Amino acid sequence: MLCQECKQKQATVHMTKIINHKKTESHLCEDCARSHEDFIQGPSFSLNDLIFGFMDMGHSQKASEKPVSSECGVCGMDYKRFKKMGRLGCGECYKFFENELGPVLGRIHGNTQHTGKVPKRGGSDLQIKRQITRLRGELKRAIELEAFEQAALLRDEIKELEKPQELQEGDANELDK
Amino acid sequence: MSWINETGPARDVVLSSRTRIARNVANIPFPSIMKPEHGEQVAQKIRSCFSSNTSLEEPRFNFMYMRDVPAVEQQILVERHLASQDLMENIKVSALLLDTKEKVTVMINEEDHIRMQCILPGLQLNQAWEVLSKVDDVIEEQVEYAFHEKLGYLTCCPTNVGTGLRSSVMMHLPALTMNKQMNVILQTISKIGLTARGIYGEGSEALGSIYQISNQITLGPSEDDIISNLTIACKQIIDKERFARKALYKTSGIQFDDAVWRSIGILQNARVLEIKEFMALISQIRLGVSLGLVSAFTLEKIDGLMTIGQPAGIVKKSGKSADASEIDIIRADVIRETMKEKILTKEG
Repeated sequence: MLCQECKQKQATVHMTKIINHKKTESHLCEDCARSHEDFIQGPSFSLNDLIFGFMDMGHSQKASEKPVSSECGVCGMDYKRFKKMGRLGCGECYKFFENELGPVLGRIHGNTQHTGKVPKRGGSDLQIKRQITRLRGELKRAIELEAFEQAALLRDEIKELEKPQELQEGDANELDK
Repeated sequence: MSWINETGPARDVVLSSRTRIARNVANIPFPSIMKPEHGEQVAQKIRSCFSSNTSLEEPRFNFMYMRDVPAVEQQILVERHLASQDLMENIKVSALLLDTKEKVTVMINEEDHIRMQCILPGLQLNQAWEVLSKVDDVIEEQVEYAFHEKLGYLTCCPTNVGTGLRSSVMMHLPALTMNKQMNVILQTISKIGLTARGIYGEGSEALGSIYQISNQITLGPSEDDIISNLTIACKQIIDKERFARKALYKTSGIQFDDAVWRSIGILQNARVLEIKEFMALISQIRLGVSLGLVSAFTLEKIDGLMTIGQPAGIVKKSGKSADASEIDIIRADVIRETMKEKILTKEG
């Protein structure tokens, strides 16, 4: 339903008024409702508020080391604005506000490590790294179970995966010379 | 029109499965703070991915800037879940790529640079993800995404970071609602990182007993994990709803039948239909159709009626802007006509 007044935003504030058995209903968006004296609002509860709460917890510990005036080098987002919006300005902000975001992400998702899809572009190294980590885990289990033949196979597979990366690095070194 | 006219797995309980992913272009500020020229740059970049693409036979997309779309059409896109309200609030720079079959849409410059979604009829979350992942690959061939080794796909709001995946299932749960079992179900699913809300209506009210169940966590579990968790939870809810429907029918018998047919009678004859009443009646009829009590309508027809009856759908049908009380009258007219046609076709 659209706001009765501005007819642009979604109506999120609803009020039914009954005076002398006469019923009137109002459906307004938050902005229009604020300008209405009929709507007496308590403090609003939003996702942003919740995110600040988490951020402040992180902020008091580590991030206070960062100078207050500093801002993200790519989009110019600073801590104060970030706190006000609860939204980031660009991809680089995730690195810039790493300390503040750590506890937020942990609390929202219960995790801080992505394990899903990886873009092919620029993501192939990561895919190999993940595969190596997985194979190392299997290798460890194989050794624990004394399945040495399987362990040998896994070891070779890991070596094979590590090889091309080293080669590429080797090539790069050659070029540097 | 799109998924509504098609059947799908568990269609008696599940209207549709929707999967959406959030992506951003590397080194361009997010829509939250970007300048109009950045918005233009993003829109053109994404548009060109599809105009030059040959690897993807389906879907085929039409591109449109939201500023060029009339307001009523914008609301219809929202009511049909093809675009979000947020896209309409960013109208200077927002754009939409709409699949000709209306199953896949790519929203540009919504909260993130790219929000793409796939809607399929019935319970088909896996299939929706497969389709979407291919569309994602097409964009990625030409666009470098904002991606972090540890945090995954970077999004404007930290609640979407990681997979950027939100999968949701639209379910009709009238029997569980009547039995007052919904609260327990909602509490239980929240413990495994899922959330539910009413689709139509505001706040906690779920008009027509239509709920949307979706994943909350996007960072940590992989796409497959998220989708299989949600699918398992939905399958259990489907079983419970089917059981409750049968039990309800068994215990109320003729009263149950009566409620369904009375609902049809009202929709066929009413002169004023308020949305709340309309949704309650449609829900009752849908329940009857799912149990095979009414052969004149299919589930797809009923779901189509439900969409037509939403406010913007009514305004479009009437061809003029109308206020709330007029809308209720036009709704009654439109529904009466549509139901009459259906019965006539059946008998003819």
